[in-house]
Amino acid sequence: MQFMLLFSRQGKLRLQKWYVPLSDKEKKKITRELVQTVLARKPKMCSFLEWRDLKIVYKRYASLYFCCAIEDQDNELITLEIIHRYVELLDKYFGSVCELDIIFNFEKAYFILDEFLLGGEVQETSKKNVLKAIEQADLLQEVKKVIFKNKSFVT
Amino acid sequence: MPAVSKGDGMRGLAVFISDIRNCKSKEAEIKRINKELANIRSKFKGDKALDGYSKKKYVCKLLFIFLLGHDIDFGHMEAVNLLSSNRYTEKQIGYLFISVLVNSNSELIRLINNAIKNDLASRNPTFMGLALHCIANVGSREMAEAFAGEIPKILVAGDTMDSVKQSAALCLLRLYRTSPDLVPMGDWTSRVVHLLNDQHLGVVTAATSLITTLAQKNPEEFKTSVSLAVSRLSRIVTSASTDLQDYTYYFVPAPWLSVKLLRLLQCYPPPDPAVRGRLTECLETILNKAQEPPKSKKVQHSNAKNAVLFEAISLIIHHDSEPNLLVRACNQLGQFLQHRETNLRYLALESMCTLASSEFSHEAVKTHIETVINALKTERDVSVRQRAVDLLYAMCDRSNAQQIVAEMLSYLETADYSIREEIVLKVAILAEKYAVDYTWYVDTILNLIRIAGDYVSEEVWYRVIQIVINRDDVQGYAAKTVFEALQAPACHENLVKVGGYILGEFGNLIAGDPRSSPLIQFNLLHSKFHLCSVPTRALLLSTYIKFVNLFPEVKTTIQDVLRSDSQLKNADVELQQRAVEYLRLSTVASTDILATVLEEMPPFPERESSILAKLKKKKGPSTVTDLEEAKRERSADVNGGPEPAPASAVSTPSPSADLLGLGAAPPAPAGPPPSSGGLLVDVFSDSPSAVAPLAPGSEDNFARFVCKNNGVLFENQLLQIGLKSEFRQNLGRMFIFYGNKTSTQFLNFTPTLICSDDLQTNLSLQTKPVDPTVDGGAQVQQVVNIECVSDFTEAPVLNIQFRYGGTFQNVSVKLPITLNKFFQPTEMASQDFFQRWKQLSSPQQEVQNIFKAKHPMDTEITKAKIIGFGSALLEDVDPNPANFVGAGIIHTKTTQIGCLLRLEPNLQAQMYRLTLRTSKETVSQRLCELLSEQF
Repeated sequence: MQFMLLFSRQGKLRLQKWYVPLSDKEKKKITRELVQTVLARKPKMCSFLEWRDLKIVYKRYASLYFCCAIEDQDNELITLEIIHRYVELLDKYFGSVCELDIIFNFEKAYFILDEFLLGGEVQETSKKNVLKAIEQADLLQEVKKVIFKNKSFVT
Repeated sequence: MPAVSKGDGMRGLAVFISDIRNCKSKEAEIKRINKELANIRSKFKGDKALDGYSKKKYVCKLLFIFLLGHDIDFGHMEAVNLLSSNRYTEKQIGYLFISVLVNSNSELIRLINNAIKNDLASRNPTFMGLALHCIANVGSREMAEAFAGEIPKILVAGDTMDSVKQSAALCLLRLYRTSPDLVPMGDWTSRVVHLLNDQHLGVVTAATSLITTLAQKNPEEFKTSVSLAVSRLSRIVTSASTDLQDYTYYFVPAPWLSVKLLRLLQCYPPPDPAVRGRLTECLETILNKAQEPPKSKKVQHSNAKNAVLFEAISLIIHHDSEPNLLVRACNQLGQFLQHRETNLRYLALESMCTLASSEFSHEAVKTHIETVINALKTERDVSVRQRAVDLLYAMCDRSNAQQIVAEMLSYLETADYSIREEIVLKVAILAEKYAVDYTWYVDTILNLIRIAGDYVSEEVWYRVIQIVINRDDVQGYAAKTVFEALQAPACHENLVKVGGYILGEFGNLIAGDPRSSPLIQFNLLHSKFHLCSVPTRALLLSTYIKFVNLFPEVKTTIQDVLRSDSQLKNADVELQQRAVEYLRLSTVASTDILATVLEEMPPFPERESSILAKLKKKKGPSTVTDLEEAKRERSADVNGGPEPAPASAVSTPSPSADLLGLGAAPPAPAGPPPSSGGLLVDVFSDSPSAVAPLAPGSEDNFARFVCKNNGVLFENQLLQIGLKSEFRQNLGRMFIFYGNKTSTQFLNFTPTLICSDDLQTNLSLQTKPVDPTVDGGAQVQQVVNIECVSDFTEAPVLNIQFRYGGTFQNVSVKLPITLNKFFQPTEMASQDFFQRWKQLSSPQQEVQNIFKAKHPMDTEITKAKIIGFGSALLEDVDPNPANFVGAGIIHTKTTQIGCLLRLEPNLQAQMYRLTLRTSKETVSQRLCELLSEQF
C-alpha cells in the first residue's frame, strides 16, 4: 500500500499515512485530487478505480471516507477488508467510534494504525493482539475514560 | 466543551481542537493557530523547564496544526527530547511527531538515531516496537545506513518477542524498498524463510510480506520458501473456520495471510511435481469453496473469501500450465460477470483480461462476449465500462473482430471523454490486426475519424495512409471512400488530411467517373482549405502539386490558386515557401521531371505499428501483450533458444506479408526511409541497432559508486542492474546482476561493454556473453574482469538491448570503474607526509579545486567517503584538526603512482578546498575531479 487517507464528506482530511517518500507539496496535491475524485463518485459505484498508475480502494463509513492507494498487483478486496478491520479496531477501542473521536484523539488513531499496518503491509490481523498492544500503553498512564454517546458508524 | 479523550487525556489539546472547530472562518482559524504557535514558542523558549507532560501536550498541538495543513518550523528538538523520556506516552508522541515531520537536518537525525538505538537495545518490547515503527515510518537512507545491519539480527534472534519480530520484519521491508543496497543479505535470510513455519500467525503474516519482496529480487536465495508457503497455505485452507481463532475473519480462515502466501508463490514458476500436487489441491479447494453457500450474509465474509479466490486465480494465470484450473477459473469469473455486486463485476472483468491471453483459456473467455458487450452498454460506472473495453480488446481475435470493433465503435459515440482516446487506439489496432478485407479496415478508420475525430491521434491517421500505400488492392476503394466522406458539409480536419493525402496519391483511380473528375476532386478539397490549420493546408498544397502531375487538365486552375496573394504572400513561412516552390516547379519542369519528382510514394518498410507503441506507452507494456505474442514467447521458451526472426516481417511488404510486423522489430529497416514528403518519416522510431543515450540519472548513480563498490546502478520498471565489485592492486572483478522485474521473459538480452579507443588501451575489460533469455522475475549475473593498464579518465558504458513483449528496449549506463578503485591506502606519520608533500611541489603535480558543499558538511561522513575513495585517512597529520589528509598508491600495470590529498572544509562559507598531489599530472587531475563530486 502506498498511502491511506481518511477524509470527511466535506473534504476535510482527518488522517493521512504515507508509506512512500513524497514531498509535502506532492502529498497535498495528491490529497486534493483524490478527495475530489472520490467525493464526486456516486454511492452505487464500485469501490475501486484506476488513478495515475495506482489502484484506489475506498469505502465510506457514515461521514468518513477511507481511501487506500495500492499497486498494480495488490489485491483490491483484501484492501477493502483492511479498511473494515481498521474501522473495527477504532470502534472497539473508542466504543462506537465516530468522526469526532478521530478528530480529538488523532494520535490514537495513528497508534492503532501503526499496530495494524506497518510500512504499508498488514502486520497483525488479530483484533485482540492489536488492541492489547494499544491498551497496554494506556495502562501505563492515568486513565480517564469517557466514551462518546454518538452513533457508531460501523454497520 | 465536548471532548475528553480516552487514555491519557490532554485537556489543553482538547480545548484547542474545539476552539479550532468552532472557528467560523478560515481567517479566524489562522488567527487562533498563530496565537497558539506564539504561545508554544514562548513556552519552549521560556526559562522555566517544561515537564514531560507539557512538552508532550505542546508537541501534540504542533502536530495537530501540521496535520491541518499548516507549516511547522520548530518543536523538533522538543520532540526529540520526548524520545528519551521513560514515560511511554511521552515517548510515543515524540516518535509520532518525528514520523510525521521528518527533517533532514543532520544534527537531529543523529540525535533521533541515538534515541532509536537506545530503545532497540533496551530489551523492552514496547519501546523496541516504537523505535521500529519509527524507522518503518520514516524509512530514510540515513536510517537505513544506521539500522539495516541491526534489524535482521533482532528479527531472527531466538529470544525476540513475537510482536517485535513482526515490526522488525516490516521495518526491514521498508528499508529494503527505499535502500536495497544497504540491506545486506546473509545467514539471516534462511532463518527468515523459516518464519513461514512460526506458530504465531501474526509473525507469519509479517514475514511473508518481507520474503515476497526479497524473493522478487533474489529468487535463488529464497527458493525454499515455495514449499513452506504451500504447506502453510494448505493448512489454512483445510482448517475449519474456528481453528484459527482470532485469525479467522468472518468465517474465512486467515484471509490476509492466504493472499500474501499466494502472492509469494507468484514470484516463482510452478514448483516441483511433489509440491505442485499439494498446491493444486489447495487451489482446487479454494475454487470449490467459492461454490459453497456463504457462511454469512455479511459483505465482509464474501469479500474476504473472494479476495483469496482472486489471488488464487492470479496464481493460476501466472503459472499458466494447468488447463483444467484455468478453465475453472474462467467459469468462476464468468459467474461474477453477472453478480449483483459492482465490485465483483469489476474485478471479474479485470481478471479475465489476463486469462484471455492464455492459450488454454482464451476460447473459454470468448464465450462470455455477449455479457461483456452488455456490460459496456449497461454499466453505470465508467470504471467498470473501462474494464469491459479492456476485456473486449483482450478477447478479440479473427473470429470475433468484426463484432467487437462494431460494438466499440458504437460505444464510442457515447463514451466518456476520459477514455475516448484509448478506445480509438484500440479500435485502430484491432481493425488493422484482424483485417482480412482491407475495405473494412478503411471504413472502420474513417468511421473512427467521423465519430471521434478529436481523439484520433497523428499515429492513427499516419497508419491508415501507410497501409493504403502498401496495399494496392485497397487503394481504389480508399480513394472512393474518402471522396465520399469529404462530401459531408462539416468533416473533421483529420479526414481532410487523410483525404488530401490519399487523393493526391490515388485520385487518378477514381478520376474516370465523371462524378469524381479531377476538377471536382480539386474543388472539393479546396473548399475545405480555408477552414484548416496550417499543417493541414501545407499537406493540401502538396496534394495540389501531385494533382498537377496526375491531371494535367487542372494544372492552370491549380497554378492560379498557388499564384494568389493568400498563398504566395502568406504570413506563414512554410505555406509561402511551398506555394512559391510548387508554382515554380509546375512552370519550369518538364512532364518527365514532374512525373519523377512527384511519383507515387514507395511502400513503407514494415515494422511494429506505431499505434500499438503508443497504446503501450499509455497503458504500460504488460496490459497489451496479446495472445500471439504470449504464444510465441512460450514456444521460444520450449525450444530453449532465442526466438527465430519471422521471415515475413522484414522484407518489403507483399500482399501476403504480415501487415503489422508485430512479431519482432526488424533487425534493420528494409530500405532507406522514404525520401520525399517527409510527412511520414517521424512515424518511425529510431533504428533499434543504435546505442541508446545514457539513461537519465546515470551520472548521479555513477557518482554514488565512486566511494563504494556495491549497490543498484540502474532501475526502471522492467530492469534492475546491481553491482558488486572488488579491486586489488591493478586488478578488479565486477559482478553485474541483471534482474528482470516483470513476469515476462526478456529475449535477445545482450549487454555490451563499450570503451572508447583511448580507454581501451588503458583499461582492459573481459567478460563472457550472458544467456540471451532472462525469465520473468529471474536474475542473471555477468562477471567482468578488469585490469588497469595505465591511468585513465573516461568510464566504460554498459549498453543493454533486449526485447520485452513486442518492444525493443535499449538502455545505456556509465559503468563505475574509476581510477581511484586501484588505490592502495598508505599509512604514514606526519613528518613523512609533509616531506613527500614538499617533494611533489611542482605545478604539474598539484591540482586544486575550491567548491561549494553539495551535502551537509558532516565530519563522519566525510571520513567515510575518503576511506571509501580508497586512500588511507591520516589522523593527527594536519595541524588543523578540522582538515582531512589522505595518502595512497594508485596501481596500474605499468607503474605505481603515489598520491597525497588534503581536504579543507570551511563550515562558515559551506565550501571545501581539495588539493591533490601525485607524481603524474593526469592522475592528480582525475582524482581531484572524482573526489570533488562527493561532498
